[in-house]
Amino acid sequence: MFLGPGLKRDLSIETKGLRRLFKGIPGKGDVVALDQVDLEVYDDEIFGLLGPNGAGKTTLIKILSTLLLPTQGEARIKGLDVVKQAPQIRRMINLVSGGETPGYGILSVKENLWFFSQLYGLPRDFAKDRITKLVDQLELQDYLNTRMAKLSTGYKQRLNLARGFVNDPALLFLDEPTLGLDVISARHLRTLVKGWIKTGGKTVLLTTHYMAEADQMCDRVGIINHGKILACDTPQRLKTKVAGGATWKIEITPNLSQPESVKSVQGVLGLSQNDNIETGITTLKLVLEDESVMSDLLSKIRDNGCKVLNMGKSEPTLEDVYISLVGTGLEE
Amino acid sequence: MISGPTIRKDLSNNLRAAYARMWVRLRGSNRDPIALASEIGLPILTIGAYVILYHAIGLPASAGAAVIVGGAMIAFWTNVLWNMSSQWFWEREQGNLEMYMVAPVSRMSILLGMALGGSLNTAIRALGIVLLGIFVFQVPFQVRDPFSVGLVFFLTLAALYSLGMLFASLFMLYGREAWNTANLLQEPVYFLSGAYFPAIYAPIVPFGLQVAGSLIPMTIGLDAIRRLVINGASITSIWPEVLALIACILILFPLARHSLNYMESLGKKEGRLTLRWQ
Ligand SMILES: Nc1ncnc2c1ncn2[C@@H]1O[C@H](COP(=O)(O)OP(=O)(O)O)[C@@H](O)[C@H]1O
Ligand SMILES: [Mg+2]
Repeated sequence: MFLGPGLKRDLSIETKGLRRLFKGIPGKGDVVALDQVDLEVYDDEIFGLLGPNGAGKTTLIKILSTLLLPTQGEARIKGLDVVKQAPQIRRMINLVSGGETPGYGILSVKENLWFFSQLYGLPRDFAKDRITKLVDQLELQDYLNTRMAKLSTGYKQRLNLARGFVNDPALLFLDEPTLGLDVISARHLRTLVKGWIKTGGKTVLLTTHYMAEADQMCDRVGIINHGKILACDTPQRLKTKVAGGATWKIEITPNLSQPESVKSVQGVLGLSQNDNIETGITTLKLVLEDESVMSDLLSKIRDNGCKVLNMGKSEPTLEDVYISLVGTGLEE
Repeated sequence: MISGPTIRKDLSNNLRAAYARMWVRLRGSNRDPIALASEIGLPILTIGAYVILYHAIGLPASAGAAVIVGGAMIAFWTNVLWNMSSQWFWEREQGNLEMYMVAPVSRMSILLGMALGGSLNTAIRALGIVLLGIFVFQVPFQVRDPFSVGLVFFLTLAALYSLGMLFASLFMLYGREAWNTANLLQEPVYFLSGAYFPAIYAPIVPFGLQVAGSLIPMTIGLDAIRRLVINGASITSIWPEVLALIACILILFPLARHSLNYMESLGKKEGRLTLRWQ
């Protein structure tokens, strides 16, 4: 959505100095799950929280969805305080946690959805219409009368998603919604969420540890590690910021004997090397301050006894951003 | 700001939720024929054995009737233990509790729905037991004051299920202990409530036992119902029981509500609403 200068979208989520501690192993002190989190998420936005396991993503989602109290700081949903105004907030939100399957195994898909719709006071016919629509969108039609216990994991998760949409919330929290999902179901979910946000007045807060998912789905991404938000912007701007506009891919053979010597060239911000054993070609990914360092760099590579086969500017990825912020890659 | 329409809407939402939860209970537990058969069949075996025993040792037929009534009523206790108290623990394990928490309804209405569904379901089973008594064992019943029977029955259930809600909220944040506690409470109550004796307030039953039994609403209600349907008593002789049951409800229901609120805030404070971190 394009907004003219000076126009500010409505804040949907706002946190200030949010902190959450958990009791750790006895004698080891408290675990800091969230530390000084300041976050602003706007209407009509899909906001992604990207971070490794244990980063604090679920903790943040639980606080925002009124399931957990903050230790310090404040959090507001549509201007309402998560601690003091939880009942009002609950009318506007829903939560889907990937890998969990709430509901009753002995009831069918349709019956489960009907039950959950009744927690939101949906009138009977209205609920029926909405369930039919959701079931269509998630392609659950063939399983309408199947007991939940008999569904495969992927379909259980689809049911869980349908449940998340059942009250047509203004704000939907998705905690690793594609965790363990098959490729087709995952793609389905992404399309669905992207389509839904276009209906207007909605906000999605999504957590993930899949780079591509964050990149592809989210309008803005916050990178979180050890309870701290390290950076927060559109995927595009995050990439340009970190790369400074100069990420290069250089193919060499054989591989660098002394990679440290290349890394230490003035103006080289980051380096990763990837060997292809079959072809004997090594791909270097370089993040440079600017291109003026190129001649120094190439001579250093030649000093390593390598031949340059191919080189070109490459598109920075979210992974480059992540590596430069966190220091390591995000293992699956 | 709280205004009239919001309160009305809140109330209607909560009633809808309670109804839906009741419906789940009725649907779910009547779908599995084996479970259904065992729920009706197994108590009947026990009760039948007592009826035959009492008959064989020459007790009057009213002793058999007392056991039939006891068996029918004790079914509600089993239901309270296994389908209210420990149910809440299962709901948390399944992730349902969190879904109830993010929804704009009170958890009390969910518990209420469980209680309504559970008591309706059990009523069907209890009726089965009574019919068995009448037609198979031909035990005599003598009802002079059907209104009082209904009243005492209703009050007993209300008190029992209030106790169930209290247990449910106490068990909410605990793990396997919930099961063990439910187990622990099953047989002693069968015994203390005198379900399988002809009468608990008889001279042969030690006084201490009578006192302990009287702490359980089941015992009070059961005794009153027995006198109403077997001895043909009327309200004039069982009003102390009626008052005691009302007192139980007035204490247990608010207590359940408070304990639920307390456990919820404790859960939110300590992050114990899911089992994942235990
Ligand atoms: N209920 C809890 N009790 C104790 N520690 C917890 C609890 N929930 C989370 N933690 C701890 O807080 C940290 C953040 O966890 P979490 O928010 O689940 O991370 P993520 O969702 O990013 O994987 C972890 O160190 C985790 O062990
Ligand atoms: Mg998590």
